[in-house]
Amino acid sequence: MATTQPAQPPAAEPLDSDAPRAGIGPYRLAATRLRRNRVALAFGGLFLIIVLLCLLAPVYASQIAHTTQSENHVTDQIRVGGKLRDIVSPQGIPIGPTWHGRFLLGADQNGRDVAVRLLYGGRNSLEIGLVAMLITVVLATIVGTVAGYFRGAADAVLSRLLDLIWAYPAVLLGIALGTSLALGGLTVGPFSLKGNSLMVPAVIIGVVYIPYMAKPIRGQVLTLREKDFVDAARVQGFGPVRIMTAELLPNLASTILVFVPLILANAILLEAALSYLGAGVQAPNPSWGTMISDGIRLIPSGIHLTFVPGIMLVLCVLGINVFGDGARDALDPRAKVRLEH
Amino acid sequence: MGRFLLRRLLSMIVVLAAISVLTFLIFQAIPNGDPAQRMAGRIATPETIAAIRKTWGFDKPLYDQYAITMKKVFTGKVISYTQSLNVVDEIKRDLPVTFSLAIGAGVIWLALGIVFGVLSALFAGRWLDRSLTVLSLTGISMPVFFLGAVLLYFLAFKLGIFPNGGYVPLTQNPLQWLYHMILPWFTLSVLFIGFYSRVLRSNILDAINEDYVRTARAKGISERRVMVRHVVRNSLIPIISLWGLDFAAVMGGGAILTENVFSLPGVGNFAAQSIGRLDVPPVLVVVMFGAFFVVLFSGVVDVLYALLDPRIRLSS
Repeated sequence: MATTQPAQPPAAEPLDSDAPRAGIGPYRLAATRLRRNRVALAFGGLFLIIVLLCLLAPVYASQIAHTTQSENHVTDQIRVGGKLRDIVSPQGIPIGPTWHGRFLLGADQNGRDVAVRLLYGGRNSLEIGLVAMLITVVLATIVGTVAGYFRGAADAVLSRLLDLIWAYPAVLLGIALGTSLALGGLTVGPFSLKGNSLMVPAVIIGVVYIPYMAKPIRGQVLTLREKDFVDAARVQGFGPVRIMTAELLPNLASTILVFVPLILANAILLEAALSYLGAGVQAPNPSWGTMISDGIRLIPSGIHLTFVPGIMLVLCVLGINVFGDGARDALDPRAKVRLEH
Repeated sequence: MGRFLLRRLLSMIVVLAAISVLTFLIFQAIPNGDPAQRMAGRIATPETIAAIRKTWGFDKPLYDQYAITMKKVFTGKVISYTQSLNVVDEIKRDLPVTFSLAIGAGVIWLALGIVFGVLSALFAGRWLDRSLTVLSLTGISMPVFFLGAVLLYFLAFKLGIFPNGGYVPLTQNPLQWLYHMILPWFTLSVLFIGFYSRVLRSNILDAINEDYVRTARAKGISERRVMVRHVVRNSLIPIISLWGLDFAAVMGGGAILTENVFSLPGVGNFAAQSIGRLDVPPVLVVVMFGAFFVVLFSGVVDVLYALLDPRIRLSS
């Protein structure tokens, strides 16, 4: 029973002059468009490389840097260019980048290897971003679809709830929840989180971004539910759950896909902001946000402590954003550049 | 119109009430968060704690405490737990700082966002568009506090061109005020410039393919007039509404990171410090104040929308 319509009508514009025009689904079409966007692919690749490097953190730590993420080398010395130098000088100033295997990107004030902490911190930042993104996408899709499909009382309640989260200043909500949960943890029924768990900031960030995605989805569902194919499904006796999952969801897929990189990038940025204000990742876990905020406090003694995690964070988020921008252009042809003079 | 305003007013009150309850509950959920214990200090006898609990009303049920606090908020008599200062006075003291930051940055990000967006759309697909795209995406990808710290390091710490953070009131010395505000303005604007130029670019590119633009061209109007009077003018409407909301968010303590990096004693910084002290009343007031601005501006924006675009009717 093919009652589902593709999100976009199949290619109205010719792709390549010799490409077959019939039988190409909207996603094949989008993939073709994306494949031709070299810049987006390059930045997507950059993001993947960063993810891969962070996943390899334990290998780097044991094989190249010969240390761990929390091992102190305050009193150690290292041979750089034939000279023996303190890792942390008697004045407490850590060594800058050595560009060698050990202390590639320098040390911090505790004599820990910055490169190793950067990769481990990246794992935490990416993990939080990913979990938060999944929470937002899943909950926003459910809330948006239910509110838009049922309208009436369900919509009124859910929309007010979204308004509530949306009007609550995002960063303030984040730090209020973060401070509260970091001290006490969270117990909801069978689930319990420790205060210093990475999942605390992940859950907070995931909740904060729900309205930004749920509102557009609700709007789209409001239009979709009036379409003939939904009526057809209803006439066939499909229940609301089946209509929402089998009929509406495939039509929402391209919108959801567009939101994935957007939310991921913003979740990673908000994690950094919360950690900077002390309401995100708790010590001794490193994350890019906590590393930057530690670095800023020590700027006079070593700018590399701010720059290294900061640049890594910007590169990672930029990679997601540029790729996401290309993906949006590919999935949503309306936004495609078509200047007709 | 009248019905619309009434409905908006009602939903605004509901949202604000819900926000105040939520804030109250978040801080109530903190274990060992008993404010009486913290206010009594380290060497407190149980009697002192009990006395504090009684005077502040912490021994009453939660809903009573909430009602008392809210009554104090609305009569302007709310006192912070840890500082024993009038919260409304504190916010009044910090508001000029936040307003200075918001108005300057707001003007910058609106102007540059429009310029970059229009240029990007006019030269869509060409090198200018591509470089502006990369530039705005970099701006969007940059954490405010990192950008602020880097600018402070190079321009203030190394080169000494700008002051190392801090605030000078406008009434005290207008030139010093400007001198101290330039870096924060720029830092806060970058994210919004990137965002606005992207939104405006895609709005313009959408508008160019609209029927009314084809009609305008068919009438023989000059290309310049078509762009300025028909395309750009219509594409600006959503930008104005975005600006209203973002400005409101910044006024309500949303610029917390910028204020923190540049040591500006604004509303956001006040909220951050109060949260650090687990001090409920100031946080409650700032959050309600911020949400009030956001909800108010979103209503104003909706009305403006209807005035600017006659196709939009004010309903629901």
